[in-house]
Amino acid sequence: MKTNHQSERGNESRARIDLGADPMPLYMASSAEQQKQKQKGGGGDEGSGKGDGTQKLAEKGEELKEEMDNLLDEIDAVLEENAEEFVKNYVQRGGQ
Amino acid sequence: MAIATIMGTEIEFGITVKNDPDFDPISSCVLIVNAYREDPEGRILWDYDQENPLADARGFQVEGEKYTPNQQENIARNKTLINGARYYVDHAHPEYSGPEVTNARDVVIHEKAGERIVEMSRREANTLLPAGAEMLVYKNNSDRKGNSYGCHENYLMDRRTSFKQVVEPLLPFFATRQIWCGAGKVGSENRSHPCDYQISQRADFFETEVALDTMVKRPIVNTRDEPHADREKYRRLHVIVGDSNMSEYTIYLRNGVTALILSMIEDGAITKPLSLRDPVRAIREVSHDPSLRVKLPMEDGGQRTALEIQKGFLDMVLAYAASRTLDPIQKDVLQKWESVIESLGRNPMELDTKIDWIIKKRMIESYMGRKKLDWSDSQVQMLDLQYHDLRPDKGLYFLLERQGKVERIVTDEEIQYAVYHPPVDTRAYFRGECLRRYPGEVFGVNWDSISFGLGDDSIKRVMMSEPFKGTKQFVESLLDRSKTAAELLENMQS
Repeated sequence: MKTNHQSERGNESRARIDLGADPMPLYMASSAEQQKQKQKGGGGDEGSGKGDGTQKLAEKGEELKEEMDNLLDEIDAVLEENAEEFVKNYVQRGGQ
Repeated sequence: MAIATIMGTEIEFGITVKNDPDFDPISSCVLIVNAYREDPEGRILWDYDQENPLADARGFQVEGEKYTPNQQENIARNKTLINGARYYVDHAHPEYSGPEVTNARDVVIHEKAGERIVEMSRREANTLLPAGAEMLVYKNNSDRKGNSYGCHENYLMDRRTSFKQVVEPLLPFFATRQIWCGAGKVGSENRSHPCDYQISQRADFFETEVALDTMVKRPIVNTRDEPHADREKYRRLHVIVGDSNMSEYTIYLRNGVTALILSMIEDGAITKPLSLRDPVRAIREVSHDPSLRVKLPMEDGGQRTALEIQKGFLDMVLAYAASRTLDPIQKDVLQKWESVIESLGRNPMELDTKIDWIIKKRMIESYMGRKKLDWSDSQVQMLDLQYHDLRPDKGLYFLLERQGKVERIVTDEEIQYAVYHPPVDTRAYFRGECLRRYPGEVFGVNWDSISFGLGDDSIKRVMMSEPFKGTKQFVESLLDRSKTAAELLENMQS
């Protein structure tokens, strides 16, 4: 039951994030990140002042965008360079 | 009453050598498997006497030649490990068969330990290659050119359950469970309809419902009847329909949920057959539809989506669970499965930290968005392949794991421990401990036996036809009392 509860809360906070910022990178609404945010925020999304709520969300949006950019940079750094040739040459014998 | 759970997985890995024009898969396999040395003398045999892969669960023996290598080839192709696993060359792939375990958590731990063992031996093998060449290993199931290699699950079952009872519910269950345990694949192959991205690595390769084959005309339900245990009491369900998963969460559900379904079959608790009119067609159609909308014709004349069929199985398991006591891991598996099924109904992308095909799809789409790529781009195909790369610094799954983008089930410490230690609650404990304590006296090993050479030319084989015996609880003091294998055999008789 605990899991259900968590995933419902996960949804709520997703809805809120989506309201907050417009051009969101795809990765940012992932549930692990939501989990992290909840922990950071000490469960008090609602508690923050009404006026700066949007600003906070925008900041969070920025933070997540940065995280996403970092991830994509890291992927770029390790991704096989000659992708076309590598993929073409990856041939296996059939197994089980 | 359903029997207690015993299960395990066997993984065939893809292998290649970069910058080597003379790359040969078989010699590369021999090289990598032999680069892993626990037994310094390297002379323990795999005991092929005990094998019978041509027995069919429908009650007949298929004609064909049984593979029995000579002694030298046997040693070169087989390593039996102190954690109870077998690491070997299977055709043109390195294969890791984990030890028998009793629960889904231990499946994750030992499957992940296997990845580390293969990675350690890959690094070791690389030191023997010419400068510039690099061996690479992938835990996936296809080269995207029509060649597939497997990830097989094994489950011990009660032989009193007829094979027919097993097959009927498993066909729709296996055709559709990919929606929560597929590993995801860019494009299609094996004369399947073209697509951008599909749910399963393996679905394109299933061509028949029920058969003994594993390498051609692959069946959704495999009939190999080789229990590796007392064949009067047990059968072993050999599941070849699954994908090689990277995500711990996905592995956990794949084995945990399947084991629950099998217990339910043994207890006669399948109340709705949920039979598909054409399971072979369904498995491909489901895989090719990440939107989960496709309606599948049912035997009863109606139509259901894959999710509706899985929801049907979930409802049966929930009703079944209400009438018995599940252990804490089974309960956790069931709760997680229930919440995954709910998420799939709302928005599958909610599962982008849990389920492989969704984690991978999110990663690829994010990258495509930044680089303005489309699905046919070779970089996109590379992302797919490299998600399964076993190198901790280059594998994209491991990159996501480091960045906290995937949910874990077990800890790094547990995985590392399992590299050198067998599970304590199955016969794998006895096997692994004998290999650790008496390596010089072990002559040959199979899943259900271990034989010792005692120096006087006699070979003594200890049968282990009961997978629940040989646990730490029952044999540790016997092993502690026995300084040599000869003493062990003496103490066993007294």
